[in-house]
Amino acid sequence: MTSVSLAGMLWPPLGVLGEGADWPPKRSLAQERSGFEFQSADTQALQLDDFANPGLLWVDRGKALWEKPSATDAPSCEGCHESAASSMAGAATRYPRHDAAAGGLINLTQRINRCRTEQQRQPELGYESYAMLALTALVAHQSKGLPFAVRIDGRNRPHFERGRAYFQQRRGQMNLACRHCHEQHAGRMMRGERLSQGHSNGYPTYRLEWQGLGSLHRRLRFCNQAIRAEPFDYGSAEYLDLELFLAWRAADLPIETPAVRR
Amino acid sequence: MTPTRIAMPDEIRAGQPFEVKTLITHPMETGRRPDPLGNPIPQNLITRFTCRLDGILAFEAALDTGVAANPYIAFLVSAERSGTLEFEWHGQHGFNVRETRAIRVV
Repeated sequence: MTSVSLAGMLWPPLGVLGEGADWPPKRSLAQERSGFEFQSADTQALQLDDFANPGLLWVDRGKALWEKPSATDAPSCEGCHESAASSMAGAATRYPRHDAAAGGLINLTQRINRCRTEQQRQPELGYESYAMLALTALVAHQSKGLPFAVRIDGRNRPHFERGRAYFQQRRGQMNLACRHCHEQHAGRMMRGERLSQGHSNGYPTYRLEWQGLGSLHRRLRFCNQAIRAEPFDYGSAEYLDLELFLAWRAADLPIETPAVRR
Repeated sequence: MTPTRIAMPDEIRAGQPFEVKTLITHPMETGRRPDPLGNPIPQNLITRFTCRLDGILAFEAALDTGVAANPYIAFLVSAERSGTLEFEWHGQHGFNVRETRAIRVV
């Protein structure tokens, strides 16, 4: 894939990742503010409504899938993990994490798919499919109110460094880096849109523009397209590295899944 | 299976209006949007929503292209005695979803 090798060239080679003045890393924002604070009162009210938040339709669906007997003689999700409400509390805060079998980072969605193929011996679910979003939303919802607790040291460190570099790297025809919109100009208007700090604490998120639930990677692809850069694939190594950096960056914010955004 | 969410008070007082809230998964395609390749996406709408209390129509709504995806409908109903609320979403392409909920008047 061309995009992968191209991106590889842009990043700092591993040699420059030694102990330096920038480790442990410091957050560059004076204060982290959730994307929630940048929404209109109506959108905020929709998210806070325990009934009308449309993202909860996916959580409900996820719960039904969780309890549904597997098509093979393998157990359902519930068969091993019992109630998601108790067993999955806090699970989403630890992803993305290093996975020996994958030889790199995997995120929550990929972890669920792993369970599905290895334990349930079922075909993988599409990354952005309804069922996958529903299960991811169900599991992430059990961490609502908790902060992220990802590891950035050890084997995760090179991934973190690459994610951090991605955030700083100008790209696309607009020649913009993540930080330009989401740090330098956060809170200011970009035409009709108020720029948020670009935190990842509400995913999967219900976006009114999508009229549906979408993953963080879908949002990142949208961001890349908006600055006219080539988007990476769902679940790509580039986005996983960035996801790790974003989780670390949002660590002071509680998880809101399912968040509602414009 | 089409996910729906229905909420209402657990206990209802006779003759006192109570709020019923409903939410359903549906794309509510207007038929005026192109897909990424430029082909029109066919119209796909819920056109009618009804709520019956023991078979008697209590609330009805006609939905059209102006309603966003995953329609949220909230309304007031009053009941004199315990019974069953029956909800029905009726739409294009044979879409039909039915849900029932018992209400308890105290």
